[in-house]
Amino acid sequence: MSPAPDAAAEARWRDAEAAAALLAVDPVGLGGVWLRARVGPTRALWVETARRLWGGPVRRLPATIGAERLLGALDLAATLREGAPRFSRGFLAECDGALAIAPMAERLEPGAVGPIAAALDRGSAPGAEGSVAPARFGLIALDEGEAGAGEEGERLAPALSERLGLWVALSECPVRSQAEWAARPVWSADQVRDARARLASVAVSAEALSALIEGAARLGADGARTDLFALRAARASAALGGREAISAEDLALAGRLTIGPRATRLPEQEDRLEQEDGSEEEAAPEETPPDAPPPDASSDDAGQAETEPHEVDAMADAVIEAAAARLPEGLLQGLSEIARSRSSAPAGASGARRAGRGRGRAVGAVPGRPGDGARLDLLATLRAAVPWRMLRGGGAAASGAGRGRLPVRMDDLRIVRTEQKAETVIVFAVDASGSTALNRLGEAKGAVELLLAESYARRDQVALVCFRGARAELALPPTRSLTRAKRLLSGLPGGGGTPLASGVDLARAVAEQARRAGRTPTLVVLTDGQANVARSGLGGRVEAMEDALSAARATAATGLKALVIDASPRIRPGAPAEALAAAMGARYLPLPRAEARAVTAAVRALD
Amino acid sequence: MRMDKTSTATIKPLYPFSAIVGQAEMKAAFLIAAVDPSIGGVLAFGDRGTGKSTAVRSLAALLPPIESRPGCPYNCDPARGAPDVACSACAAGNPPEPALRPTPVVDLPLGATEDRVVGALDLERALVKGEKAFQPGLLARAHRGFLYIDEVNLLEDHLIDVLLDAAASGENVVEREGLSLRHPCRFVLVGSGNPEEGELRPQLLDRFGLSVTVRTPAAVAERIEVVRRRDAFERDPEAFCAAWAEEDAATAARIVAARALVREVATPDAALEAIARLCVALGADGLRGELTCMRAARAAAALEGRVAIDLEDVRRAAGPALSHRLRRDPLDEAGSEARVARAVAEVLGGAEGAPTRG
Repeated sequence: MSPAPDAAAEARWRDAEAAAALLAVDPVGLGGVWLRARVGPTRALWVETARRLWGGPVRRLPATIGAERLLGALDLAATLREGAPRFSRGFLAECDGALAIAPMAERLEPGAVGPIAAALDRGSAPGAEGSVAPARFGLIALDEGEAGAGEEGERLAPALSERLGLWVALSECPVRSQAEWAARPVWSADQVRDARARLASVAVSAEALSALIEGAARLGADGARTDLFALRAARASAALGGREAISAEDLALAGRLTIGPRATRLPEQEDRLEQEDGSEEEAAPEETPPDAPPPDASSDDAGQAETEPHEVDAMADAVIEAAAARLPEGLLQGLSEIARSRSSAPAGASGARRAGRGRGRAVGAVPGRPGDGARLDLLATLRAAVPWRMLRGGGAAASGAGRGRLPVRMDDLRIVRTEQKAETVIVFAVDASGSTALNRLGEAKGAVELLLAESYARRDQVALVCFRGARAELALPPTRSLTRAKRLLSGLPGGGGTPLASGVDLARAVAEQARRAGRTPTLVVLTDGQANVARSGLGGRVEAMEDALSAARATAATGLKALVIDASPRIRPGAPAEALAAAMGARYLPLPRAEARAVTAAVRALD
Repeated sequence: MRMDKTSTATIKPLYPFSAIVGQAEMKAAFLIAAVDPSIGGVLAFGDRGTGKSTAVRSLAALLPPIESRPGCPYNCDPARGAPDVACSACAAGNPPEPALRPTPVVDLPLGATEDRVVGALDLERALVKGEKAFQPGLLARAHRGFLYIDEVNLLEDHLIDVLLDAAASGENVVEREGLSLRHPCRFVLVGSGNPEEGELRPQLLDRFGLSVTVRTPAAVAERIEVVRRRDAFERDPEAFCAAWAEEDAATAARIVAARALVREVATPDAALEAIARLCVALGADGLRGELTCMRAARAAAALEGRVAIDLEDVRRAAGPALSHRLRRDPLDEAGSEARVARAVAEVLGGAEGAPTRG
């Protein structure tokens, strides 16, 4: 039933095209489009299509924009020049009635994400001089981040992506097909204009609404915003097609553009069967779970009671079938993967970016322009301006009110230099091989959890690399979240060979990555040092030990703080773990009865 | 910079508080905090897009407007005599007549700097007029209203310290850039966040009076109702608000009445003892848990127009008032809410066996 590759690519493109049209019909209601695509002709064609269908003003939102530019602020250059306050207008207010296009949206600063999200929510933005300016716009976020890269990849901040109704992923297509697509567009700007006029009068039947939400619920696309966006997309689609009520076609499109990409689980077949059975037996219109709170009394009005359950089921099935064509990548690889990449991206990304200008404690002044978080150091600025007072005319050049004042120029401006204490990341590399696994794995898990509990207070992060069998894996990316850690740790398996070299390599990579993000990593390797799997993944004690030592030396070269905890049952001088520690330049700590508390104490002593 | 403005001034009308579907626990906690701001704010942790921010805003819109002088950046209360800050609007020789303004709701954005929160030297006036003047920050504007922090768990430590200090002491002390002043800032702190993205430090958790967990409604029927109402609101906000105006007005009247009544609500010894036993059973640290539980029970009773709290009030107040004060055991799989529920059942007996109010 799967169509030929070309047809699939075209279907994908036509959906993307429809997303552009829907956005043009109802930019404020739908919020915007989150377009994940590499830079290239396909994306360019899509942006061009969106502009053509929109037909109105378009603003470009640079990824480096700061909160001050977004909301408007005192214009220092003009203020100094004219001797009276001059405010610049905020970008969000300028966007009112326009379509905003944000290239490299995944790189937007957290400080910028907040104001944009607030403007999307409220349709207004605070202006520079105390007014509230309307800011009703649709946002196209062009996300070039690597899809599915999880911890390493960058993604559009969830605070923004959840407020953009339509999620589209485009892959690059052959130039020939694009020329063909461009030559015969489905929608025209005229159709969009007509649809805008018709939008308010599109009827939404209770069945259609139930089908959309039922479909979203069964795919785990949760959140009130998802439901609303699905409804608005279906309505815009009906308006675009010139229909007076939402049709099956509109529901399917809404499913593909809003529900499918947000799915977090596959529809449960058994669940559906049960529901069908239930409805046959009792013909109950709703399958409200018993533990769910009953809807408000006033909600029992028209609609649900009259709804034919079978009809809604069939419609919901159609929505799910449509949405299933656009499930997020990786959903099929299993739920935990998705949950991990979904939740880790925001935590990691905002943590990494928190060390920006103007944050933390002030430690001095440097020349620079205030704004975007950098704060003017007034005393230092005046001090810089004072020596030039006579040369600049001491304000005599200015007439009247300006007389006798200290003239300040742009290059006198000093900003406060700030320093933020770097967060600590403790990377645990735990030997979960057969030789250590039995007792040690439990102890290591306990230690990680204890450290994590402590890290509330210290704002530290903990990561866990686990090595066993043929390779090492990152069981727990750097996190501060107890919820995630517990979930991942509890499912951690043990047994198999000891790929010590791979474990050390991966732990080093994680630590280095944390260091690049401005955090201070500490490496803790918990092993008996009995390597028997080489980097190649093949067995062999000699080669495995050589590889492990070379990985250790590479770690020493990076200058990471490290600790090797010897988990072998009997400690003798010259134990393999001790050799490893020596090669790594790490402290060596024999812990024949490694207890969780002893491990945490040892790590703390390292600081 | 003059970029901070009260977010109450929105262009479209606010979604009515009474029309929020479900989320009974969150709404109850907000109402209790509105009746007695000394409870110390509400922490709403849970899923995104569940209407936490909407609920705060619509609740504030229900509250009676506060009296202040036009142009006053500190929301000074004219009834409280002379302001203790150099508030240019109120301390002027001929201050403007007091006027009503809506209860402020101030957003603390994630990227906010300490300047914006605490206030800073007024750059504009310093550069243009050469005056040393203080530009009030978000804390000043939140005075007598709500301070809403989204993603409170991602906020920087030094900002959290400043906020907690201000929230606990009810005043903001500024000693920086040659400025030295203090101004009152009593506000209801409302924090929200998603625990998947990081936990809150226990020191901070404990400072919130109440905590509630907010979840996306699981029932499809409830989700349909959420969307249906939201859609109706967006298609015709005025008509929608008019349809709910009566219920909103009733809620507003309940809050006003409860605010007057709450000081007179009696706390029988039996209730106090039950609270104390609950806290012991849970090992909740400090007196704050007991105090908050008692105050929340009182506010809940006042909201229902009763002049004494009963065990049912205690039962309902226990979860929000205590669940975030337990010592966290990282290895305990059961949530703190379950532990509180267990303790409530042990101390107060099951819901059936409990003395019901007449």
